[in-house]
Amino acid sequence: MIYQGNNEVSEKGKVDKPTLIFYILFVLLGWLNIYAASFDLENATGLFDLSTRAGMQLVWIGTSFLLAFALLKIDTGFYETYAFLFYLVGIVLLIVTLIVAQDINGSRSWLIIGPVRLQPAEFMKFIIALALAKVFNSYTFRLMERKNLLLISAIILLPVFLVIAQSETGTALVYLSFILVLYREGLPGGFLFMGIAAIIYFILGIRFSDTQMGALSVGEFVTVILIIIFSAAMIWNYIKRLNTSLILLFSVGALFLVAFVVSLFSVKIDWGIVAIIALAFTALYLLFYFIRYRKRTYLYIFLFLIGSFAFVESAEYVFYNVLQPHQQMRIKVTLGMEQDLSGAGYHVGQSKIAIGSGGLTGKGFLNGTQTKLKYVPEQDTDFIFCTIGEEHGFIGATLVLILMMFFVLRLLRLAERQTTMFGRTYGYGVASVFLFHIMVNIGMVIGIMPVIGIPLPFFSYGGSSLWGFTILLFIFLRIDKSRKRN
Amino acid sequence: MNSNSNPLSRRRYVIAAVIVIIILVYVGQLFKLQLMSPQYRDYADSNAFLRRTLYPARGAIYDRNGKLLVYNRPTYDVMMVVREMKQFDTLDFCRTLDIDMERFHALNADMRDRRKNPGYSSYTPQLFMSQLNVEEYGLLQEKLYKFPGIYIQGRTERQYNYSNMGLILGYVAEVDKNKMAADPYYMRGDYVGKSGIELSHEEDLRGEKGVEILLRDAHGRVQGKYEDGAHDKAPVSGKDLTLGIDIDLQAYGEQLMHNKVGAIVMIDPKTGEILCMVSAPTYDPVLLTGKSSDFSDNYRQLVNNPFKPLINRAIAGTYPPGSTFKPAQGLVFLQEGIITPQTLYSCYGGYPPLGGRPACHPHGSPLALQAALATSCNSYFCYGLNAMLNNRSKYESVTAAFDVWRDYMVKLGYGYPLGVDLPSEKGRFIPNSKFYTNFFKTDRWNAHRIISIAIGQGEILATPLQIANMGAMIANRGYYYTPHVVKERKGAALESTYTTRHDSGINREYFELTVEGMADAVTMGTCRGINLSPLVEVCGKTGTSQNPHGDDHSVFMGFAPKDDPQVAIAVLVENGRFGATNAVPIARLMLQKFFRGEIPESDQWLETSIINRAILPHVYTRNLPVNKPSNR
Repeated sequence: MIYQGNNEVSEKGKVDKPTLIFYILFVLLGWLNIYAASFDLENATGLFDLSTRAGMQLVWIGTSFLLAFALLKIDTGFYETYAFLFYLVGIVLLIVTLIVAQDINGSRSWLIIGPVRLQPAEFMKFIIALALAKVFNSYTFRLMERKNLLLISAIILLPVFLVIAQSETGTALVYLSFILVLYREGLPGGFLFMGIAAIIYFILGIRFSDTQMGALSVGEFVTVILIIIFSAAMIWNYIKRLNTSLILLFSVGALFLVAFVVSLFSVKIDWGIVAIIALAFTALYLLFYFIRYRKRTYLYIFLFLIGSFAFVESAEYVFYNVLQPHQQMRIKVTLGMEQDLSGAGYHVGQSKIAIGSGGLTGKGFLNGTQTKLKYVPEQDTDFIFCTIGEEHGFIGATLVLILMMFFVLRLLRLAERQTTMFGRTYGYGVASVFLFHIMVNIGMVIGIMPVIGIPLPFFSYGGSSLWGFTILLFIFLRIDKSRKRN
Repeated sequence: MNSNSNPLSRRRYVIAAVIVIIILVYVGQLFKLQLMSPQYRDYADSNAFLRRTLYPARGAIYDRNGKLLVYNRPTYDVMMVVREMKQFDTLDFCRTLDIDMERFHALNADMRDRRKNPGYSSYTPQLFMSQLNVEEYGLLQEKLYKFPGIYIQGRTERQYNYSNMGLILGYVAEVDKNKMAADPYYMRGDYVGKSGIELSHEEDLRGEKGVEILLRDAHGRVQGKYEDGAHDKAPVSGKDLTLGIDIDLQAYGEQLMHNKVGAIVMIDPKTGEILCMVSAPTYDPVLLTGKSSDFSDNYRQLVNNPFKPLINRAIAGTYPPGSTFKPAQGLVFLQEGIITPQTLYSCYGGYPPLGGRPACHPHGSPLALQAALATSCNSYFCYGLNAMLNNRSKYESVTAAFDVWRDYMVKLGYGYPLGVDLPSEKGRFIPNSKFYTNFFKTDRWNAHRIISIAIGQGEILATPLQIANMGAMIANRGYYYTPHVVKERKGAALESTYTTRHDSGINREYFELTVEGMADAVTMGTCRGINLSPLVEVCGKTGTSQNPHGDDHSVFMGFAPKDDPQVAIAVLVENGRFGATNAVPIARLMLQKFFRGEIPESDQWLETSIINRAILPHVYTRNLPVNKPSNR
């Protein structure tokens, strides 16, 4: 698989300017919003006061710029050569942290060396991206070989478990975003589809688990219908037999129609049983085609159907028995099942009030009342987007969102123009991490994702996270700068 | 191969499309929140939800007979939301609270000072002034409608039925900044245990705060509970505690120790429950309650008092145990086979090998262990220690022998804190061989250089609690339960450390012999003053502890009755001279009180005499205020 970059003309050996401009813009906007978020009307402090969060962030920004400059000076070969060594050091640091770290607000992820507090998990992001890139770069690498899949899974999952043990579940989820890299490099789309299907089943199953439709809950009923539709769609997509697929859908539709007509004669119909019959029919239909045509794909779709149903049935059990109460609560709040104003829902509720009260144009810089202390928690770290929404309104918040979108798209474009596998997979790794952070953080603040405490890149207050993101991005810019051109 | 013909390369468009879709969905949500939901603006104007903390009642404390010692009385805090204070009549407000403008501004400045109040915000209720009583609350409540932004927060304050045992109960006070930073449970204005049981059992006593969510209108006025309180969390009251302490015994002990410095500890040997723990001087717990101004005045006075009434001498006092250390010595020598019950040593008014030092008093000679305990012979135990440390057939070196000795002392409860459920217990000191090797700068020292430790002097230091615990150990013939003041926690079992037996590793028969020696001391030896027969057969050991602060300390350790003991006791009177002079009569009166519940007429002259005795060591007042007397 020889890949050639698209022959985009670019200045040789220059750092990609648009990305650099995005970076500087985000960091400065972040700084202003941190100032606004912790601004105190009674004791106004300057933007540069080092005793304030804004002043400290300026220190982090300054050091990040130095870091970025230094990273651009290092030869690309360095990252490639030492990728595995970095990985080893990273894993050792995570283990050491796990052993020596003190409990800070329930998390054991901070390494304290004298006056410096570091979170090794933040730096693991670029380390995993480098290690993955190095693996992909090997000449004989084929992703779908079992040995390679195991290696890739191990590289991603080992730090995931270590970081979960440090009680930083949010950061562990970030590592899982590298699946996007695998998808780009040849992981069958079916995997991704199954992942998405599982999320949809889970959400529907839990959201509508409290009302019954005969033998099934409303959630189960809807997911069973979805499983049948997915199966029909897969027959069409993978076997290219539209007729077979349509016959299945019509049969199931007919079954429901008959049931409906019967119910008009005041016969009580258990719709749950009807759905189960429809599902069983679909399963038999698939088995029949498998035996008749000896086509393996039918068997796979059959297994997908059985697996999906088993997943739906077990999801509820897992939700209520495996997840901890506060995690259940966060998900329920997100799904709109609970308000929980004295716990998780309070934060999201206040966050929505803050953003919602911003209106079209916002209340103006430093004029937000909700985000100034105490109403919105973590207003200068994880909930920094609130300040933007409140003070700059729909226009400001949308602008930031659109800018972030173009930033990630730009990263994809840079990744695609790499001439080495190393460069491209690292680039995709960088884009995945940023995309995941933006999606989860802003999604949480505007109330469509559960509360998962991860920062908004370049905006949230914090040295470790800013340094981590700077390193992640600038290694990529360095690789991009020295790519071979046609 | 061209990239566009590579099927995987097309996936970049799928990924890009997903990104664009996510952003569009988010913009859609922003659109909904910011442009289609006018209620959020209203909520924000009033910040519709007001979270009000509901404070639980702190647990009450009872004595062992169910007498209520500590309970709660309601008080009220004035809370202020600075943002809401418009058209505020400060003068009227000050008049209502009975404070002047100066005080108003000082309180206001304190509230806004982020160093003192890290959680300050002008949008949420902040503590302005604490602890209004019911009358003041009534006055303010009537006029509350005139003062927008002022709220009243109900709380409770500690109340005491007895003026005793301030040191054991401890006090509660407003939480400080460090505690708030360390434990997010606490907010400014919260009360937290600072010493005594209030501190050691803080988590039992404090309960769990509740929360109430109120709905406010656009003017900030409370409209009622949000969804009829469906989201509220009720506070959980603190656990009530029952102490092992008998308040009558405790009060009587404090009365006897009036104008003296020292401690009385009584333990039920069967359970380790502390029946009374007197440390003199002490203070009335009510002094450390009330408004913060009264509190700090009283606190300053107690801190500056030269007799240091804030130190619980029963668990933190530093005393050489003196002759009360001898039973432990006899036990170790017997167990290690250094002596037998029949071994005789002679005494000629002092320890002969060192020319009659340490000195002794007249008694028969030569004598065996039982008689040596009864007469408190110094020479006997010096011989014993010398024989043990010089026994090269049993121990390789003097340091090895000494460390065996030390391990026994630790097992007998000396040298480390026993683990009583009170803060700031001290372990005091039992040296190990390294200590002497460093001290003499050689490991070839011998028993004679450290001989005074055999009689509880020299480097040996113990607390009165450890001495009483040794009494309990002998009473039980070889084991003890960790002494503890809290006997029961309502709704929770006692921690297992207080129900675990600690064994001495010394044979029961040797304890029986020791008991006989201590019984003889009462019937015909050094502490005849505590002979309560025929009421009860008492066993005891006096101590006269030499110290560098003036007259000897008067010490007594004992238990009663001899068979099936119900109480172990230690009494220590600083500078009270011979054990028999002060410690023995005080112990006698305490045992009378314990067994009879009252003092018989025949002993009332003694009671009067003891109560009227003033023994105030001038070590505490000498040198004031220039030099602090050194400890050693």
